[in-house]
Amino acid sequence: MTDETGVVETEEAAEIPERPLPDNEVLRALFGQFEDVGWEDSLGQDVARVPNERWREFASAARDAGFEVCVDVTAVDWMRHRPDRFEVVANLLSMQHRLRLRMITTAPRQEPTVASLVPVWPGVNFPEREAYDMFGIVFDGHPDLTRILMPDEWDGHPLRKDFGVGLVPVQFKESHKVV
Amino acid sequence: MSDDAKTLDVWVAGTEEPDLAPTDEGAQEISVDESGRRLDEQFGRVVDDDYVFDDEADEDERMILNMGPQHPSTHGVLRLQIELEGEIIRRTKPIIGYLHTGMEKTGEQLNFSQGGTNVTRMDYLAPLHNELAYSLAVERLLGIEVPPRAAAIRVLLTELNRCSSHLVALATNGMDIGAISMMIYGFREREQILAFFEKTTGLRMNHNFIRPGGVAADLPPGWKDDVAAIIEELPRRLGQYDDLLENNPIWLARTKGVGVISAEEATAYGITGPTLRSTGVDWDLRKAFPYSGIERYEFEVPVGEHGDVYDRYRIRVEEIKQSLSIVEQVMDTIPKGDYRVDDRKVTPPPRARIDESMEALIHHFKLFTEGYKVPAGETYVAVESPRGELGCYLVSDGEAQPYRMHTRAPSFSNLQALPIAMADSLMADTVATIASLDPVMGDVDR
Repeated sequence: MTDETGVVETEEAAEIPERPLPDNEVLRALFGQFEDVGWEDSLGQDVARVPNERWREFASAARDAGFEVCVDVTAVDWMRHRPDRFEVVANLLSMQHRLRLRMITTAPRQEPTVASLVPVWPGVNFPEREAYDMFGIVFDGHPDLTRILMPDEWDGHPLRKDFGVGLVPVQFKESHKVV
Repeated sequence: MSDDAKTLDVWVAGTEEPDLAPTDEGAQEISVDESGRRLDEQFGRVVDDDYVFDDEADEDERMILNMGPQHPSTHGVLRLQIELEGEIIRRTKPIIGYLHTGMEKTGEQLNFSQGGTNVTRMDYLAPLHNELAYSLAVERLLGIEVPPRAAAIRVLLTELNRCSSHLVALATNGMDIGAISMMIYGFREREQILAFFEKTTGLRMNHNFIRPGGVAADLPPGWKDDVAAIIEELPRRLGQYDDLLENNPIWLARTKGVGVISAEEATAYGITGPTLRSTGVDWDLRKAFPYSGIERYEFEVPVGEHGDVYDRYRIRVEEIKQSLSIVEQVMDTIPKGDYRVDDRKVTPPPRARIDESMEALIHHFKLFTEGYKVPAGETYVAVESPRGELGCYLVSDGEAQPYRMHTRAPSFSNLQALPIAMADSLMADTVATIASLDPVMGDVDR
């Protein structure tokens, strides 16, 4: 984030008074830089609704604002509920401000892709691989986007809602039966 | 008996003993060189390493070594692909998933009250922390608050669980480095805590005792005696561990300066728990985001300095002492009252009421057939497990089952520290480093 854009966008944000902003100063400054990032209060926790294309940009701004740890990246499959099928969720933690922030973005039904956060926080390497493995979400720019929990030759992504439960043949015991 | 046999130099019972004089054959030559240098080498004060750091080594000189998943020192089914250059590890890649059982998928099939049986099997050394994180998440979605006695029981049990988990960490850490007696001692002391858990929850592991809405039962009669015995016994035993390890040159040589992680690396890689604190970062979720009323008790957060295996071991020992102090405070100040929330939509009615009240019977039936519905929403709740930040991301769409139940496993993220801690170190330090991170593969793979 350059200073110029930050200033300009803060002024623009000030012109639209109905946009809700968090009380916390750190978060307010962070959200002020991004006009198109929505703030929500989810049961007392701060949530940022980030557009897919600004995912990494917002993440690096958040890191610069003091969120030095990204504790977790995961996804939710809203198959029958929403047109944009996937939600990618990143939980951020600021140790210096004692603050948490949850970033949520959406990914489309066909070829769900979102920018990888590994360049921002190298620690999201494993969690992003898990989200890829479980949901098939492609993290653009990830250095090693391979399956992490399932076997390499596995078909499908198990945590998707259309991946049936109990439809996988058991491997060793009477394997012709579908259990 | 043939003539050949007679010539053999063997003594036959009943005959005269042959003169079998000892020979020098096979004996070690005793060094006559008793110069200071030679003595130092023999006593291990001076070590001539046979390895040389060579940064310009060819790719061809590197060797890939697979360690695990059946290796006994990988604490389960962890597999490491290690790129070796002589004795030096250049790169490491942890390969996981051998214990993956799809618990997050299973969690979507079970209703909210059954979920505890599922999550408790993730980190099997700290099952109560898993249950606590899950229960706190469900309670946040439900918008209920547990009674003070339930919160105190939760703190009591999770802190004892921290002790038992750290004891296993110390035990396995000792065993991996060669202090076999440490293994026996650690498991012996853990047994005392597990016996208390069995008396309280009915099971030694996988308790499903902390449930949404409170705990499953009140503490058993005589629990104070058991806890008092643990509080009295453990510090004495910890002192014995110190006697065993603190002045042990082998232990110190194999832990100090081994597997070093810096504070910057730890935060960048999302490493939490004792591994993060060993680097000097004063961060404990019990202080930063207190849960279950733990802010009422006084305790300190032990912080390390060097981020090596020794600091991690030391922090675990100190944390056991702090946890015992919390347990003692809970024991002295435990409030009276109900051990679960008085909301018949969430907690089952007492057994006696079912026989008298039709309403209680209906509630009981509904709770155990379809469970309770949780308002739509999403939340993330984290607790400080013995391994670090154990979080539960729970999404509900208003049904009786979670729409999504994700666990942020501390071992999973902490495993990313392994390539950093092991880079450019010796192969022999591998097991010490793995053990000091204390990964639980059930937690990693879920």
